[in-house]
Amino acid sequence: MQVSLTVNGESVSADVEPRTLLVHFIRENLDLTGTHVGCETSYCGACTVVLDGKSVKSCTMLAVQAAGADVTTIEGLADGDQMHPIQEGFWERHGLQCGYCTPGMIMSAAGLLAENPSPSEDEIRHGIEGNLCRCTGYHNIVKAIDYAASKMRGETPAPAEWEATA
Amino acid sequence: MSTTSALGGVVRRREDPALVAGTGLYVDDVKRTGMLYVAFVRSPYAHATITSIDSAEARSMPGVKAIYTADDVRHLGPLPAQVPVGQVRPLLADGIVKHMGEAVAMVVAATRAQAQDAADAVFVDYEVLEPVIDLKDAASDRVKVHDGLDSNILITWTTPFGADEEAQAALADQIAEAKARDDTVTVSLEMNNQRLLPTAIEPRSVVAEWNSGYGEMTVWSSSQMISAVAGAVGKVLGIPYNQVHGIAPEVGGGFGAKLNVYPDEILVPWAAQQLGKAVKYTETRREAAVSTIQGRGWIGTATITGTRDGEVLGYELDAICDMGAYSQNFTVAIPFLGVFVGSGQYKFPTRLKLDCVTTHMQTTDAYRGAGRPEAIYYLERIMDAYSREIGMDPAAVRMKNFIPNEDFPSAISPVGFAIDTGDYGTNLQAMLDLPEYAEMKAERDRLRAEGKLAGLGLSTYMEVCGFGPSGLVDLGFSWAEYGVPSAFNGSGVVRVNPDGTANVIIGTGPSGQGHKTTWSQIVSQQTGIEMDKIRVTYGDTKEAPISIGSFGSRSAAVDGSAAFEAAGKVRDKAAKVAAHLLEASEDDIRFEDGAAHVAGSPDKSVTWEEIAKVAYQPHLLPEGMEGGMEAHAIFSPANATWPFGTMACLASVDADTGDVKILRWVNVDDCGNVINPMIVDGQIHGGVAQGIGQALFEDAIYDPEGNLLTAGLIDYPMPTAADVPNYELHRTVTPTDVNPLGVKGVGEAGTIGSAQTLVNAVVDALADLGVKHVDMPMRPKRVWQAMQDAKN
Repeated sequence: MQVSLTVNGESVSADVEPRTLLVHFIRENLDLTGTHVGCETSYCGACTVVLDGKSVKSCTMLAVQAAGADVTTIEGLADGDQMHPIQEGFWERHGLQCGYCTPGMIMSAAGLLAENPSPSEDEIRHGIEGNLCRCTGYHNIVKAIDYAASKMRGETPAPAEWEATA
Repeated sequence: MSTTSALGGVVRRREDPALVAGTGLYVDDVKRTGMLYVAFVRSPYAHATITSIDSAEARSMPGVKAIYTADDVRHLGPLPAQVPVGQVRPLLADGIVKHMGEAVAMVVAATRAQAQDAADAVFVDYEVLEPVIDLKDAASDRVKVHDGLDSNILITWTTPFGADEEAQAALADQIAEAKARDDTVTVSLEMNNQRLLPTAIEPRSVVAEWNSGYGEMTVWSSSQMISAVAGAVGKVLGIPYNQVHGIAPEVGGGFGAKLNVYPDEILVPWAAQQLGKAVKYTETRREAAVSTIQGRGWIGTATITGTRDGEVLGYELDAICDMGAYSQNFTVAIPFLGVFVGSGQYKFPTRLKLDCVTTHMQTTDAYRGAGRPEAIYYLERIMDAYSREIGMDPAAVRMKNFIPNEDFPSAISPVGFAIDTGDYGTNLQAMLDLPEYAEMKAERDRLRAEGKLAGLGLSTYMEVCGFGPSGLVDLGFSWAEYGVPSAFNGSGVVRVNPDGTANVIIGTGPSGQGHKTTWSQIVSQQTGIEMDKIRVTYGDTKEAPISIGSFGSRSAAVDGSAAFEAAGKVRDKAAKVAAHLLEASEDDIRFEDGAAHVAGSPDKSVTWEEIAKVAYQPHLLPEGMEGGMEAHAIFSPANATWPFGTMACLASVDADTGDVKILRWVNVDDCGNVINPMIVDGQIHGGVAQGIGQALFEDAIYDPEGNLLTAGLIDYPMPTAADVPNYELHRTVTPTDVNPLGVKGVGEAGTIGSAQTLVNAVVDALADLGVKHVDMPMRPKRVWQAMQDAKN
């Protein structure tokens, strides 16, 4: 069946099987492969995108349920060559290793910071507990999101641990 | 940020701009024209004969191109296994299945959904047989897992390694005598080190494309050892190594699970050849649970004997190690890695007996640490129990039994291996001297004064990594079974191009460890070429030097050293060219900031671009010098490396629910020299989190019928951000003497030291109630039950 929505500011339309998941629509119909699949039970969060301002797991929705929605994937987050502060935070604070969970983690953080621009460490940890990372032990992901939150509030981020101890 | 980095500097990772933008290429992102998709039909039973396979309906379904069973692929032979001790795996089950999830048939269709629909319509009739799931039952040989094997016990690893039966008996006698003494105490605990699912967030994926005209097979695979995959594909399909193009692009986490050759990595290329189309297979999370390798799976009894003042006179571990149904890459060699570190940092008689048994569960193999976390777990748990029994500070008991500094370098451990370098007392003392350690102790006592259950856990650890010495790995781990014997050498090529940029091509590839950044630092430090002019590539067998891959914390120590040496060769040649151009002495040439300078003459310099331009025009070079600016180095270390360290944590236990909370976590690690502290710390963070995952949550549970009950993330809880603490990391630095970088390796240290640190903390919290041990995972119910059992 026909589905039309907005993805990263562009109107897209395709004929899909009704059972097509939003994540497969994004990856296979639109060739936006930055959104990843890590499970099939909505637990890992690698497929997280922002839909109408909220972070959602795109493996939990059918493409047709997203009809008319405004979706932002990892590819749509940066402003041209200018990284979004969350992307910058992950780079600056070593918030990623293999990078597979990263797009979902970043989009989840985007949803979190839209709701709560000044999260405490505890609020960050609980805010991303729907996204699994096997590499980082989360330590630097928390620092990365804190960095981004500071930047987005127009403040100077806390120094990195390696800067603070240098 | 400086563009020329010395070793030891934090440099933001060069791989990250692509990965945070979503433009990194993982295997499942690969799309080829006309590509077909694979789904497997897998056994729901642990042990059953296959009486019939009916694929008639499936064959007629939309999009289906082919359905293959054992009849189609039997001629290819079994899956190549690096250490084929035990039963090797058929590519597709041949008349009988030996574990839940074993592949029985392979469906190829035009879309992923069509392949899965057709796989669901393949009807397989089974006659169910009794499975062997319990490890003691397996060791008894009551039911044989494989008719063709003499025993379910595939091999028994003993110590001292390589000693004959007489020497082993003498060791047992020595420990028995110590036990019989009036002035000694003996403490013994049976403990479980449970099976785990490695669970890289990226599922495994493979794409293959066959070009019949060129006779070339291209295989993309999410692998830690793409050269072995290419070798195995070539060997099984009869294609020469130089006609198999193996590519491992971004690999989304490995942790040992992608350190294997899997049936799909052979079958997908084979199907691509049969059908003349590109073919892709990506496992689901559920398939990852049942058909990608699992880790750990030991039950064992640790026994320790010592004097009342803390001198250990003997340590024994009798364990049964679960190998699962088939032997794959390393399988029985994993417990052997535990033997290497079986006596940890200590100097006391150590007797290990590790029975490796086959069972009707999925194969076990390398999972982060691979044998070493298990061995150190038993040792450090029983050291703790012994300290408690004699009423001594657990740190003091450890300090008393360390291998002394005068034994180094090349200290011979009680289990029979030469340890490169070590300074264990200084490392433990560094932990004890930290204000954080005193604060944790004070906080524990404060919580206890409030009537709460709180404990401080401590563990030292030793790792063996940096494999490896060519002769040592010749014991059967050299990749010969994959047709590419490579002896675990490190390998690296450095080429400076005519425009002054450099290519660094390495044989090992990362799955998150940041090779692009680390190797840029190594080469930049050696040559003075700016980091942003250095391009590091890997994971491509067409361009890479012969090599083996990334595992066992080996990349920096071995392949890093090779790149360091190759860069050194290039620099030495460039120094000759620069001396010629500047009319100076070669000995006075110094490389810095992208140029060669003459010491003492600041105005005399020549850039790398100018040097390189000349290097490719031999008539401008010194008489007799070969043109070009490129070098390859092979590095085979004299020994493995042996990192070590100390971890401590403060934990509380809810007296009503048994819920464990980690309040603080502190490490003092020693991995030798450090290239990029940010990356090294990140490795420790992730490693500790995986140890915490084992200690608190993770458990691959098979029921008595052999069903994996935890085949998805709902039932297999991994740590989330809300479950783990901040990690407070410190280090001591004891460089290795077996490589020019002085680095030991750090990928697995966090995992090896952490699980027992947390168990020791929980037992410390509950000791006053009479609890002596809590098995992992320490979920609330189990902790609560231990408290109730101790009361009654």
